[in-house]
Amino acid sequence: MNTSNSILSTAAGRERWLPTLQLAMQEVFELMLGCALTLPSEPPPEDDLEITSMVGLAGQLCGILTVRCSVRSAARMASRMLGVDAEKAGQEMWDAVGEICNMVAGNFKNKISGMGDGCMLSVPTVITGGDYSVHSMVNENLRTVFLFEGEPVILTLEVHS
Amino acid sequence: MDNIRALIVDDSSVMRKIVERSLRQAGLGIAQILEAGNGAEALAAVQNNPVDLILCDINMPVMDGLEFVKQLSAVENAKGVPVVMITTEGSEGHVVQALSAGARGYIRKPFTPDQVKEHVLPVLTGKS
Repeated sequence: MNTSNSILSTAAGRERWLPTLQLAMQEVFELMLGCALTLPSEPPPEDDLEITSMVGLAGQLCGILTVRCSVRSAARMASRMLGVDAEKAGQEMWDAVGEICNMVAGNFKNKISGMGDGCMLSVPTVITGGDYSVHSMVNENLRTVFLFEGEPVILTLEVHS
Repeated sequence: MDNIRALIVDDSSVMRKIVERSLRQAGLGIAQILEAGNGAEALAAVQNNPVDLILCDINMPVMDGLEFVKQLSAVENAKGVPVVMITTEGSEGHVVQALSAGARGYIRKPFTPDQVKEHVLPVLTGKS
């Protein structure tokens, strides 16, 4: 699924990125974790989402893509990626969520025609804990809540320019 | 095709394990797996350990995958060893850059084990 290059520079065009962003996330979970993400019928509680993975984007598109989930979900993601029990995958959960965020960012920009070469990705950063604030010069914020094994996982793309 | 020694280069240990599992599932005759967390570690590894195949990420700290592939040609032990890039950087420009630098294949993340086999098998059998 490619999106027209002409929408890169307009806010109205960027609103059309949401389905592409959702698809990028769903593909990563289907291919790398072997499971389908669903969209909740009503907003789930967002308590205990203490793992935040972030990948920066710079170039034609500047911003931050984040994936937030609970510690329990992060361990289950690592478990699925590695094919081991969640208890044994615990030490790898930060790396796993970081890689998921990295792949979603890459998959997303590769789907936007014309952005692949003009947008660089940072290596992922993973934060543990929920008591923090992020201050950035955000122009737009695309956000989707998915359900992964019944628990919320929040995908956000904050666009700076 | 047997007793293949493969080097997996990625800064993510989770991704190295996934690539290793995909290689083993593909039935490519993998006998030994070496790991490196960046291009510099990979260069040091191949100088002391001959390998038959290298799978390499692009975005890594210290030395990225493109620089590693460029410098690999100067390593006597590694001349002619095929490198397949496995990366989130999937644009045409990145593919051209990687192939120009000396890579023989390119796999975009996310990937399936079948896609790893599809890209690695021709490289190992000399059909790519």
